[in-house]
Amino acid sequence: MTEHDHDHDHDHGHGIDDPAHPHNAPLSDVQLRVRALESLLTDKGLVDPAALDALIDTYETKVGPRNGALVVARAWTDPAFKQRLLANASEPLAELGFLGRQGEDMVVLENTASLHNLVVCTLCSCYPWPVLGLPPVWYKSAPYRSRAVIDPRGVLRDFGVELPDDVEVRVWDSTAELRYLVLPLRPAGTEGMTEDELIPLVTRDAMIGTALVQPPGAR
Amino acid sequence: MNGAHDLGGMHGFGPVEPEPDEPAFHAAWERRAFGLTLAMGAWRRWNLDMSRSEREQMPPAEYLATTYYEHWLFGLERLLVKHGLVSPEEIARVRRGEPTPSSGPAAIADDALRPDSVPRMLGNRRAARLDDAVAPRFHVGQIVRARNIHPLGHTRLPRYVRGHQGAVAIDHGVFIFPDTHAAGEGTRPQHVYSVRFEARELWGPDAPARDSVHVDLWDDYLEAP
Repeated sequence: MTEHDHDHDHDHGHGIDDPAHPHNAPLSDVQLRVRALESLLTDKGLVDPAALDALIDTYETKVGPRNGALVVARAWTDPAFKQRLLANASEPLAELGFLGRQGEDMVVLENTASLHNLVVCTLCSCYPWPVLGLPPVWYKSAPYRSRAVIDPRGVLRDFGVELPDDVEVRVWDSTAELRYLVLPLRPAGTEGMTEDELIPLVTRDAMIGTALVQPPGAR
Repeated sequence: MNGAHDLGGMHGFGPVEPEPDEPAFHAAWERRAFGLTLAMGAWRRWNLDMSRSEREQMPPAEYLATTYYEHWLFGLERLLVKHGLVSPEEIARVRRGEPTPSSGPAAIADDALRPDSVPRMLGNRRAARLDDAVAPRFHVGQIVRARNIHPLGHTRLPRYVRGHQGAVAIDHGVFIFPDTHAAGEGTRPQHVYSVRFEARELWGPDAPARDSVHVDLWDDYLEAP
């Protein structure tokens, strides 16, 4: 057989680096359960463990919020790109290679001095994978999913963001297959900066809407 | 169904707790549960709406006491049995963490996801949008009401908007209807709109006057007020 014919009964593949469970510690119930399931499906020839490795590696090392940060920085520095992005985000994102699973149909929401957008999925955890990677635990958690729609300003305070009353807070509940990316407000003091200089300022949370982008040196 | 997954507007879960420098996965088993779910999804025996629907079958107390990837695992195990890929006995053993007696791995099936197919699979740009020429029932600017319905099956109409009025803000085009798609009853193509609900319409006079919630809703969830 091939390179796929490796021992599937090892310690869950690549799981030995699990910091919460050193190699010699007993496995938890859920660890045993997932290992048993992977072994079963591998024994049946239904999964190739190497394909699992490739899926995991994609979101651990290749696809993450740096993609979204590039989009934001480009929108800040290239007015034509920004216009296209706001009109029909899927097209310019496809050109950048940032369209795909859990981000097939994208909408970009522009924050302004009078409007702050915040994205949630109250029913599960819909999130724009190609531009932000996999969602953080808090985004998938009951506190965020329950409160983002009824008390978005309180949620923002949990993140240390206090918005004035005259700023409209607009929450987007991702109940369908549209995926939303917030285009944050460009901070003052960045006027002369290039796209490459702006990218590191753009945080994941700012593109979800739970943070503001801080000027350089503020963090 | 009116399940524990439909969390919008609930109280009592405490503050949101961001984690600095959060990793993509927090345990080895999360990685494998994620990979298994996507790899088995690639067989296309079920669709995403069916996956969500199965996760929603977890009893409410258990749903709220378990983590995201445990929901995925629960859903995957149910789908595998439902579609005859593994037996109920095999899944019972998995759930006890017991390995299934085996003579070793079979040859990997021709249709199984392979590493070199992963980029193509993840880059797929077609999911729920359809090309069907279906006329919209509502137009941008129109006032609509979310229907007061309580389907026992899968739905993407959250409880907190049912019976409330909003304005159509965006017509996103034609999409698969999740309620029928999750039940294996077809795609029922129809328009999806972003409907703007004023915060005060949903939460009463104490909500900030300017604030709003935009919810993506299908034609079948809406009616003229």
